[in-house]
Amino acid sequence: MKKFDGIVYFYGIWVAVLVVLPLLILVLLSFTSGDIYDLSSLTLTLDNYKAALDPSYIGVMMHSLWLAFITNVICLVIGYPVAYIITGLNPRIRNTMVLLILAPMWSNFLLRTYSWMLVLGNNGPINSVLESIGLGTVQLMYNNFGVILGMVYNFLPFMILPIYLSLTRIDNALVEAARDLGATSKDVFFKVKLPLSMPGVFSGTTLVFLPAITTFVISRLLGGGQYVLIGNLIEHKFMVQNDWQVGAAIAVIVAIILLVVLGVLRKLARGRLELSLW
Amino acid sequence: MVKPLKRILIGGLLLFLYLPIIVLALYSFNASEYLGRWEGFSLKWYGALFSNAEIAEALYYTLGVALLATIIATAIGVLASIGLFYSKAKIKKHVMTANYLPIVNPDLITGISLMMFFVFFRARFGFSTMLLAHIIFDVAYVIVVVMPKMMQIDFAQVEAAMDLGANQWVIIGRVILPQIKQGVLAGALLAFTMSIDDFVISFFTAGNRATNLSIAIYSMARRGIKPYVNALATLMFVGIILLIFFINRINDSKKDNENGRLIG
Repeated sequence: MKKFDGIVYFYGIWVAVLVVLPLLILVLLSFTSGDIYDLSSLTLTLDNYKAALDPSYIGVMMHSLWLAFITNVICLVIGYPVAYIITGLNPRIRNTMVLLILAPMWSNFLLRTYSWMLVLGNNGPINSVLESIGLGTVQLMYNNFGVILGMVYNFLPFMILPIYLSLTRIDNALVEAARDLGATSKDVFFKVKLPLSMPGVFSGTTLVFLPAITTFVISRLLGGGQYVLIGNLIEHKFMVQNDWQVGAAIAVIVAIILLVVLGVLRKLARGRLELSLW
Repeated sequence: MVKPLKRILIGGLLLFLYLPIIVLALYSFNASEYLGRWEGFSLKWYGALFSNAEIAEALYYTLGVALLATIIATAIGVLASIGLFYSKAKIKKHVMTANYLPIVNPDLITGISLMMFFVFFRARFGFSTMLLAHIIFDVAYVIVVVMPKMMQIDFAQVEAAMDLGANQWVIIGRVILPQIKQGVLAGALLAFTMSIDDFVISFFTAGNRATNLSIAIYSMARRGIKPYVNALATLMFVGIILLIFFINRINDSKKDNENGRLIG
């Protein structure tokens, strides 16, 4: 409609300048060397990528991918049954449950992660209990366990919600038809509900995997100072070493890996991938 | 699945989700400075919190940015949704794809790219760069929430208004907005909570001059835990949860559809 064209132009420019351009600058910068405050000193180079593909950085990358994968599997194993149970509840309790699962997510990400430092710490409640029953303290954080737990805690609702939404969307007529044709509950689940909820599984996987692979806060707080994931490496390049161009190159490599993951999941979900909970 | 098993699973999940919040709240009332020791009930950390200038300033940045970003992003996002909804399919598709970038992109990538962008344009890092960054990602979320609500609009009313000579602002204000009110409210609430929740994008776009709560907690947590942070965290959890349940109540009493209620 002509009447609203002005608004569309405005928003088109907004998105181009404030969303797309910053990403382009990041990509361009990863191919340059020189002082980024002095544009005339910039020259094109592939050196940043050579530096970014340093074997020790590739090791960090592999470790990050591995932890993100484990986090995803745990979220799926807990999240699917939970989503399935919630779908079967009566609507009133169902909405309250969804709200209870989402409510902690609406507070502050940093506080959520910080709170686990208290719970897992050597003086925390878990270790106090272990101590009092004579088992001694167990190192619960500053290791892989702490980091994975922090990631599962922060990202689990992103797995539950899409699965829940895809399960509630299943047409009950299909379930009834299957029953009428003699399917057992097991058949109904494996042949009707599970296949139809797979788009939710793939959406959930996207929403968990992407933030898990790039986190640097969870690994910093629950992994301790020397603990390095790829997110910590990028953060360090930008905020500590001021080596922005190499940092940009690492970020571009991570983004490419994420795009590949996203492409595969999108294919698996047959175009029904939803990239937002909202 | 058998019933007890269901109960255990759901109960376990809720315990997992709320355990750290409960622990935090308990410690915030502990008189002792040391975590492991309970020395009785005390409100002294709340006192320490309210007299802490660093925290007061951080709170000002967090709430100031969240409120301003919510208002501006909701205005831009709602207008953009209306415009895009009635625009050509091709334009709508391309702009919506770009609109998803800040949502799908990990915070870290959005954060460093905006930091580079501000450096590139020689912006002075501080309140205004952090605010602009928040508006950028908030707008994306507002559009995602408001756009589906546009489908519910009775187009005959829009046409009638046009036939009667109303300009676009009258159509938006008198015909469209009243019909998508719930969506606008949900979008604004989501934008607000996203702003309050954010750490990563703020961290990269605030520079040294502006420290919001997330940034303050990050640097404090690295130096070791201070008990008044527990008091702060407790207040924030309680505040946000009350806000959500309050808004949900309003929605409930209005008997809105289930999707609207999901968001708040």
